[in-house]
Amino acid sequence: MRISRRILAGLATASLAVTATSCGGGGTSGSFDDTVTVGILHSLSGTMAISESTLVDTEKMAIEEINAAGGVTVGGKSYKIEYIVEDGASDWPTFAEKSKKLIDQDGVPVVFGGWTSASRKAMLPVYESKDAFLYYPIQYEAQECSNNIFYTGATPNQQSEPATDFMYKRSPAAGGDFFLVGSDYVFPRTSNTITKAQVKQLGGKVVGEDYLPLGNTEVAPIISKIKKALPEGGIIINTLNGDQNVAFFKQIQDAGITPSSGYYVMNYSIAEEEISTIGPEFLEGHYGAWNYMMSIDTPASKKFAASFKKRWGADRVVADPQESAYNMVYLWKQAVEDAGTFDDNAVREALVGQKFDAPQGPVEVMPNHHLSQTVRIGEINAEGGFTILEETGVVLPQAWNQKHPSSKGFACDWTDPSKGEKYKL
Amino acid sequence: MELLLDSLFNGVAIGSVLLVAALGLAIVFGLMGVINLAHGELMMLGAYTTYVTQLIFKLPILKPFYNSYIIVSIFLAFIVSGVVGILLEKTIIRKLYGSPLETLLATWGVSLILQQFVRSVPLAYGTGLIISLLIGLFLPTTFPSKIKESINFKYFKFSSWIFAALTGVLTGSVISSSVSKLSRASARNVDVTAPSWMRGQVEIIGTAFPKTRLMIIVITLISVIAITLFLNQSAWGMRIRAVTQNRQMSDCLGISTEKVDIITFGIGSGLAGVAGVAVSLLGSVGPNVGGNYIVGCFMVVVLGGVGNLLGTVLASFGIGVMTDLIGAGRLLSIWPDMPLPLSNTINFFATTSMARVMIFALIVIFLQFKPTGLFPQKGRMVEN
Repeated sequence: MRISRRILAGLATASLAVTATSCGGGGTSGSFDDTVTVGILHSLSGTMAISESTLVDTEKMAIEEINAAGGVTVGGKSYKIEYIVEDGASDWPTFAEKSKKLIDQDGVPVVFGGWTSASRKAMLPVYESKDAFLYYPIQYEAQECSNNIFYTGATPNQQSEPATDFMYKRSPAAGGDFFLVGSDYVFPRTSNTITKAQVKQLGGKVVGEDYLPLGNTEVAPIISKIKKALPEGGIIINTLNGDQNVAFFKQIQDAGITPSSGYYVMNYSIAEEEISTIGPEFLEGHYGAWNYMMSIDTPASKKFAASFKKRWGADRVVADPQESAYNMVYLWKQAVEDAGTFDDNAVREALVGQKFDAPQGPVEVMPNHHLSQTVRIGEINAEGGFTILEETGVVLPQAWNQKHPSSKGFACDWTDPSKGEKYKL
Repeated sequence: MELLLDSLFNGVAIGSVLLVAALGLAIVFGLMGVINLAHGELMMLGAYTTYVTQLIFKLPILKPFYNSYIIVSIFLAFIVSGVVGILLEKTIIRKLYGSPLETLLATWGVSLILQQFVRSVPLAYGTGLIISLLIGLFLPTTFPSKIKESINFKYFKFSSWIFAALTGVLTGSVISSSVSKLSRASARNVDVTAPSWMRGQVEIIGTAFPKTRLMIIVITLISVIAITLFLNQSAWGMRIRAVTQNRQMSDCLGISTEKVDIITFGIGSGLAGVAGVAVSLLGSVGPNVGGNYIVGCFMVVVLGGVGNLLGTVLASFGIGVMTDLIGAGRLLSIWPDMPLPLSNTINFFATTSMARVMIFALIVIFLQFKPTGLFPQKGRMVEN
């Protein structure tokens, strides 16, 4: 027993040493007055690892870029950013546990982390009770507005609403009926509630809706329902998750549900990374809606894609979630410099109103802790990218959706103490 | 008529996926009584075999035969999963006969190992390893019996393992250097693309059917017929049935039960590999692909009656038809003006997730009345 304990202790020290050496942020060193350590918390193992590890790569790159440009300057002193990477292991309670560790044990001023809504919901009470700050980079269903979370992904009115509008008014299937398909969890269900209300407002019709339990890839009943509900083609809104998309697109193509026969699928969870996994031959001619697409033809966008490829390999792609992760590191740095301190509460105040020239175009932090963003509608092309068809102006985020029956008429404003999380407009 | 045909086809299509996945388990669990939780991972190996075969057939030498890669991969998947199954039987399961709980835990552990294996080992070297195992396990059995009985046989065995290892490393590096996609380990899901002749649909009596689904039905049919013929007509099939019915007596009568166990488990595992090929045509191939099917497999075998192939067949088609009937709300289109409360209930269950709930509930109720399944095993074995 004693021996095994000694071995365990040895292993622990060894792994600590490994983490300590692997935590160096890279970049130039020597010219800094001090260092500051931030937390990065994503899944590096389990089902979500494939997606979330791309965010870790992007956040590391942003930190390296900031360090190479002189680090963070606070009160005349320059700080080098270092990071501690923790593994959420695709397990939601682990996210909460690791958050506690980062805040209490490592004393980090900020944590960049999360992907699934379930992981965010698990972490939220930790950050609220310890009054710490989480930066969360994924497009999500909204209906949440915490003083301790900063959301850099799109809210539904910055993704699904313009997309539904496009499909009903200007797509080749304009005026057609809608069929909604999603994985069975909170994001698709909330998103579809909003879509149904919107389609009704537009004067269209939702003729069917189905949810696939997570992990299930049997799409045959859904296909026969689509064929029955939309015999002549129509609009399909897809919020399936991960691998389920592969099964869905393979099988609908075999069943003749394709753009050439009048069926157009609008996707909310398929970005460049997913297109290359599913295969462009199954997706060509369908649509996607995002704030950032790799094919945006601006110097900022090209530079972002090029430096990511240079850092992590020429075959890598960048997509919307990565862009959000990249933006949030820079926005934190700007807010810290404006606040003149790493203290959470001062940084939080300085954060609202921060502007940044993101790869997608200019973004600004709004009083509800979300970002104003540009929305783009793209058609998936044979090369595995998006051909951008439409671009809105800057769209303001709605933390409480104005089409969802439970949150209509409410908003969130953390700059005014009398308003706060949810107030009536 | 068209509606009925469509519904029947969908039911058969869903059922055949269940059946092909459960067939191997029906043998391993049904006949041998081994609760093999790694069954799903043996399917996964079959799916990855399809992927590797597909990439190898894209090489210039094999390019002209590309369209037939899917047929070749069915046989390869059977061999790959079969070999891994035999290794599993020889090293772990053999020691655990008669202790179901330990078997359950051990095979679950194996399933985790296999999942992690495909995540962290480049597929090229994985293929090399399988080839080593194949040669190492089978080369010694081909030696004439004169050598086998000699004292020096262990040296022959040893040297054939060295030969196997070398061949494995060699094939591994050849594949790794010629197919770049296989040379790196990746946890990312991969994709099997059906050859062009298998994509799209065919029209039969005015209704269009997807070709991949038809292919899966054909694979399932052939597997069922082959395994039935094997069990009922061949000498080894008879020995397997004998051992299933009474192990001690078969042993006394000179049947090598050890060999029978290996063959039974190998065939069951090989069939899981074939199921992997079928499944790879429907969705993506990843480390978790097998886990999605394992519950369904056990459900089918238990519902059909443990130890009865016909039961497994009927149970899977039954579940398939029910899934389509409930999940797609077929009753509504057959009887459009039924009373409102009834149609509301049917609509409520007419989503994929609710249909699953409903089917599980129905199965639970059914098993309350017939705990041994559709076709319970009769006779001496049950009494034991």
